[in-house]
Amino acid sequence: MSGDLLLRMTGISKQFPGVQALDKVGFELRAGEVHVLMGENGAGKSTLMKILAGMHLADEGTIEIDGSEVRSESPRDALSNGISMIHQELSAVPHMSVAENIFLGREPYSGTIGRMLGVVDRSKLRADTVSVLSSIGVTIDPGMMMSELSVAEMQMVEIAKATSYNSSIIIMDEPTSAISDAEVERLFTLIESLKNGGRGIVYISHKMDEIYRVSDRITVLRDGKYIATAETSQIKRSELIQMMVGREITDIFPKVEAQIGDVLLEVRDLTVRGVFRNVSFSVRRGEILGVAGLMGAGRTEVVETLFGVRTPTSGEILMDGRPISTSSPAESIRRGIGFVSEDRKEIGLVLKRSVKENVSLVELRSFCDGPFLNRKRERRSVGDSIRSLRIKTPSSEQVVRNLSGGNQQKVVVAKWLLANPDLLIMDEPTRGIDVGAKAEIHRLISELAQQGKAIIMVSSEMPEIIGMSDRVVVMHEGRITGEIDRNALSQEAVMHMATDHVEQGGSQ
Amino acid sequence: MNNSTVSMTGVRGLIATVFSRYGIYVALFLIGLVLSIASPFFLTVTNILNILNQVSIIGIIAVGSTIVLISGGLDLSAGAIVAVAGVAGAHFAHPGEYPLIVPILVGILTGAGIGLFNGVVVAKGKIPPFIVTLGTMTAGRGLALLLVGGMQVINLSDEFVSLANTRVLGAVPILIFFFAGICLLFWFVTTRMRFGRHIYAVGGNENAAHVSGLNVDRIKITVYALAGALAGLGGLLLASRTVVGSPIAGAGYELDAIAAAVIGGTSTTGGLGRVTGTIIGALLIQVISNGLDMLNVPSYYQQIVKGLIIILAVYMDMRSKNKR
Repeated sequence: MSGDLLLRMTGISKQFPGVQALDKVGFELRAGEVHVLMGENGAGKSTLMKILAGMHLADEGTIEIDGSEVRSESPRDALSNGISMIHQELSAVPHMSVAENIFLGREPYSGTIGRMLGVVDRSKLRADTVSVLSSIGVTIDPGMMMSELSVAEMQMVEIAKATSYNSSIIIMDEPTSAISDAEVERLFTLIESLKNGGRGIVYISHKMDEIYRVSDRITVLRDGKYIATAETSQIKRSELIQMMVGREITDIFPKVEAQIGDVLLEVRDLTVRGVFRNVSFSVRRGEILGVAGLMGAGRTEVVETLFGVRTPTSGEILMDGRPISTSSPAESIRRGIGFVSEDRKEIGLVLKRSVKENVSLVELRSFCDGPFLNRKRERRSVGDSIRSLRIKTPSSEQVVRNLSGGNQQKVVVAKWLLANPDLLIMDEPTRGIDVGAKAEIHRLISELAQQGKAIIMVSSEMPEIIGMSDRVVVMHEGRITGEIDRNALSQEAVMHMATDHVEQGGSQ
Repeated sequence: MNNSTVSMTGVRGLIATVFSRYGIYVALFLIGLVLSIASPFFLTVTNILNILNQVSIIGIIAVGSTIVLISGGLDLSAGAIVAVAGVAGAHFAHPGEYPLIVPILVGILTGAGIGLFNGVVVAKGKIPPFIVTLGTMTAGRGLALLLVGGMQVINLSDEFVSLANTRVLGAVPILIFFFAGICLLFWFVTTRMRFGRHIYAVGGNENAAHVSGLNVDRIKITVYALAGALAGLGGLLLASRTVVGSPIAGAGYELDAIAAAVIGGTSTTGGLGRVTGTIIGALLIQVISNGLDMLNVPSYYQQIVKGLIIILAVYMDMRSKNKR
């Protein structure tokens, strides 16, 4: 199916203050192919694609499209060169309709006078939108506000927008990171038809299964350098991983058996009205409790309630057999609960501040003599954290925003480890981070369990749930639909409970 | 080859850091240099002391604005607080009535009280600080006029007047010591105390601060109360210096204070800023207006210059931070 060369990027370099993000990187894309760009976080994938999409300027290097050199100095330039990017954080205008978003900046006008006055032809706008959406087989009401759509629908709208620009090159940055499995299937069907239409697709992803399903070729970057390009059918997973990390990772899930002790936390009939109901489970010291389920099953909401971010409508939370109230995070922290949140940027980190200030934030009291900071003690302790978690940062004074996703996640983890909680809640502990960092965080989780800590791990990644958990509770539409022990754990069993709520209370 | 890239990055990074962090110092130095050449009277001990004397009151208020901005807030009521605290303090400063400590405490506590109100409404009422402090600014002006029936408070005691008009060793204005003391105190609070860290965390990301166990509301309320107290102190010192408690004093001070903080590198979106930057920012404004005075530039032009400098300073700051 793959045809002529669409795109050639040569010798692309880009420097950010303190980091060489890209060092003479090359990349090629053919018409009708899906070309995956892989690499650890911070390898330079997103930067390379942002240069292509006109969001960053390269320091050096050339971009050729259909054999002639182009310059993309703004997203507008890139669009007119036939390049569209579907962003990881979708960039729609939330309070405008689907139609207005698709035709933003090129709205059809009503006649000549309408054009002069800037009066939009609303019926044509609507009709054009319907035809664009149906051309990719999507039915969404053009009048809906973007803010009313699900992530998957917004993505479809973005893709429709890209096709309406007649873009020959479509960049998708981790398109499946926030959508359900069924929606992933629809996306793949759509990608197939875009391919058949002769477009080239650059696909950034960390998910191996997906990559092998969808792609024709794979290019690996590491530390801002080009490593290799291979036909997907010709390369094994282990080889890919090795190329990405530059070393062999023998075990992504280094689970070590831990001594499982008494029940530390018990939840009885916990309910937040309209969100989840009658949730009951317990977790023991030394145990890793996996919480599985599909997107929107209510898992994050349950753990947020345990940590005092949300207030329960009814139900009980017991710690060491005694009922406790969790009215605020501060109180939960005092009771020995830690919370590595799903969302690093919104609630995990103070991105503007340094690694040091973030790591010491929860446990700041222990680095103080009275109200005064003991900066020496703080520096020493944060330095130890950076070393033991192998956080890649030029110094503890580096602003967290400048770190890669995996290293940012390690900063969040480091912060909670310093607080030394008895129960650590981890919501998607390895989302969007690379294989190497993943393995390190998994190793760490195992170590914590061995030290007798109880772990609640919410995860959407099946291999992670299966690989790490001693026991798994599965949620579906706001309730627990089943519980599985490690020895009975299988992907099928979990998926069954996560999707089929009729099974609840049945054979288990 | 790899090494050379790294060191190149290092050097460029260093220049970027130096510029974003110390650009304001360089600017102050250059302007000072130009003015020293342009006017023989600029670089004299008398003039420098004069500049420092004039910058002190607004500088004290600007330190308050700085911590509010760092915490992600905004205080438009500082000028109104200056007036309320000034007339309230002056009311207790007539000769032979109360010991000096009474007007001092009344002035500072009045300011702290209004600040506390700001903080509680912002934190508990979840109302944007722009709106809340715009409200207290308007109401505060009315309150100041109401307290004194639209008149000025005159006939102030010698001790009260000497509070801001004494010259230490017969030469150095005492206001400079007040300013220096406040700066030192708040430099210490912001860089060496747990509370200071909390201000940066709350301003940098309120949600993250909350989830990390910080009492976000209490931190915000304290910051507004402290800023109010500083504006109150400023109002008191202004009443002493001008020998009158005036309900229309301090007009526009809130904006000058914010300007000093912002020129000194404090972010208007919270989480970033330094007391030292604000000192330099306040000095920069004062030096320019002093210099333009010496060069006989009419004050109308001075305002235009000041406005443009604010925009330029923020532009430079954004450029150095958002390099793409």
